[in-house]
Amino acid sequence: MRAKGTVHRYGDNVDTDVIIPARYLNTTDPNELAQKCMIDIDKDFTHRVKSGDIIVAGKNFGCGSSREHAPIAIKASGISCVIAENFARIFYRNSINIGLPIIECREASEDIEAGDEVEVDFDSGIIYNLTRNRQYRGQAFPEFMQGIIKAEGLINYINQK
Amino acid sequence: MGMTMTQKILADHAGLNEVKAGQLIEVKLDLVLGNDITAPVAIKEMEKLNNKQVFDKDKIALVPDHFTPNKDIKSAENCKCMREFAMDHNITNYFEVGEMGIEHALLPEKGLVVAGDVVIGADSHTCTYGALGAFSTGVGSTDMAAGMATGKAWFKVPSALRFILKGKPAKWASGKDIILHIIGMIGVDGARYQSMEFVGEGIKNLTMDDRFTIANMAIEAGAKNGIFPVDDLTVKYIKEHSSKPYSVYEADEDTVYEKTYEIDLSVIKPTVAFPHLPENTHTIDNIGDIPIDQVVIGSCTNGRLDDLRIAAKVMEGRKVAKGIRAIVFPATQKIYLQALEEGLLSTFIKAGAVVSTPTCGPCLGGHMGVLAAGERAVSTTNRNFVGRMGHVESEVYLASPAVAAASAITGKISGPEELGL
Ligand code: SF4
Repeated sequence: MRAKGTVHRYGDNVDTDVIIPARYLNTTDPNELAQKCMIDIDKDFTHRVKSGDIIVAGKNFGCGSSREHAPIAIKASGISCVIAENFARIFYRNSINIGLPIIECREASEDIEAGDEVEVDFDSGIIYNLTRNRQYRGQAFPEFMQGIIKAEGLINYINQK
Repeated sequence: MGMTMTQKILADHAGLNEVKAGQLIEVKLDLVLGNDITAPVAIKEMEKLNNKQVFDKDKIALVPDHFTPNKDIKSAENCKCMREFAMDHNITNYFEVGEMGIEHALLPEKGLVVAGDVVIGADSHTCTYGALGAFSTGVGSTDMAAGMATGKAWFKVPSALRFILKGKPAKWASGKDIILHIIGMIGVDGARYQSMEFVGEGIKNLTMDDRFTIANMAIEAGAKNGIFPVDDLTVKYIKEHSSKPYSVYEADEDTVYEKTYEIDLSVIKPTVAFPHLPENTHTIDNIGDIPIDQVVIGSCTNGRLDDLRIAAKVMEGRKVAKGIRAIVFPATQKIYLQALEEGLLSTFIKAGAVVSTPTCGPCLGGHMGVLAAGERAVSTTNRNFVGRMGHVESEVYLASPAVAAASAITGKISGPEELGL
């Protein structure tokens, strides 16, 4: 499994309130949520984002509320992977559970810039920066979660058991 | 090596004698919680399961509290989805408007959580029940769906930070000031993936409402859970509210913690978290003149009876400053009624505040007190992220009920001492 795309870059502590503000949480429709994705931190995101693009951020990405609407909005907006130095705990679980690939890598988080072309190989955990011709080693998923990812989410995983 | 209190609860619920930090385990759940925002997503996920039945109709709690009484048609549809699911599955603990309250104040009050329980909730402040000596943590909607169907959840066993609390809080310092002080000290990711275990003789000087407030904001330091030991006060609370059997767990003496902090409660001053992170804390004597537009007193953090009593004491016989909107929202119907009977509500209304039915409302910028561009609020809630209470250019300052109430009177961020109290 691989992801490849152009990078949208954010800083530390990107919280779920800016990923998808509460005022838009009166719907559960992924496409409606995607239209408001990142609106409070990056008004142009929804216009710029292309299918396959990648988000790169700093520490504690996805902190705040448990709203699964946040990874759902990101995934539905076309993002193929989120790379961060690390993630808030509930956001991490939610992303795995809905099948949004995310990867922790400090080096990549520090080095990659907005607009870079990046490719991620989830099997090896290696992140390739095609623009700058560099590579970084991210943290591969723990074994238990690989099962969930392979089943493309927790619900399928339970159905398979 | 010894286990933390959290690890012991998790080990028992996983059927293991011992667990270690980092280990992945599957545990049995005593309660699964959802609200009108997260449950509809979970219900849709559950429909994709082969087995669509709930594991135990008595061990699921569904609380419409965020956008209720329904603020618009879309919210009404979400509540309807949850209500119909509750009826179809005979869910015992579904609380309609009229018997509801903000989930994290409601569940302990209804006796649904007791010491030793393992609880997941599709709401990040599920960590509140650590005040009762339970392991409780926030998850997402898919986890909630899986929990409702199987009665189980997977966890990575957390390591822990230990906070040794000593002494007695000073006059106007409360649980809120203690937890804001701690978050200011360790940062919003200071306890990421870890437990915050509170111990020490200072705990006996904290009311249950103080403990709920402290455990409630563990998530604001990134923690998986916050937990208090069970003492006489906890047992009294549990017996008054629940007939469920409870279990008392204690950390082993030889437990190794990631870090230990000693906190002298007697020196903690009223503390305010500036925008836009709960870690941006300043003590009340270092604030200067910050004029405000709105004051919010309530939420799952500070909407309990003690909180309302303190706010009323500050507002009694005084008037909300001209041009300031003060909004009080008791956390549950029971608290609302008690506050009414004690005369607290008339104190608020006479002072010029409005009192709202229990709802999350302004806490998440949902309804009942949304901010316009450039406006500033002092709030007893738990988050002050960009746009949390409304417009992206509005600001939220987090504070205790005493500070919020005093600020409503002066029209700028103030401690009760400024009123000569
Ligand atoms: S009061 Fe605020 S923090 Fe608490 S559950 Fe409601 S929205 Fe969440």
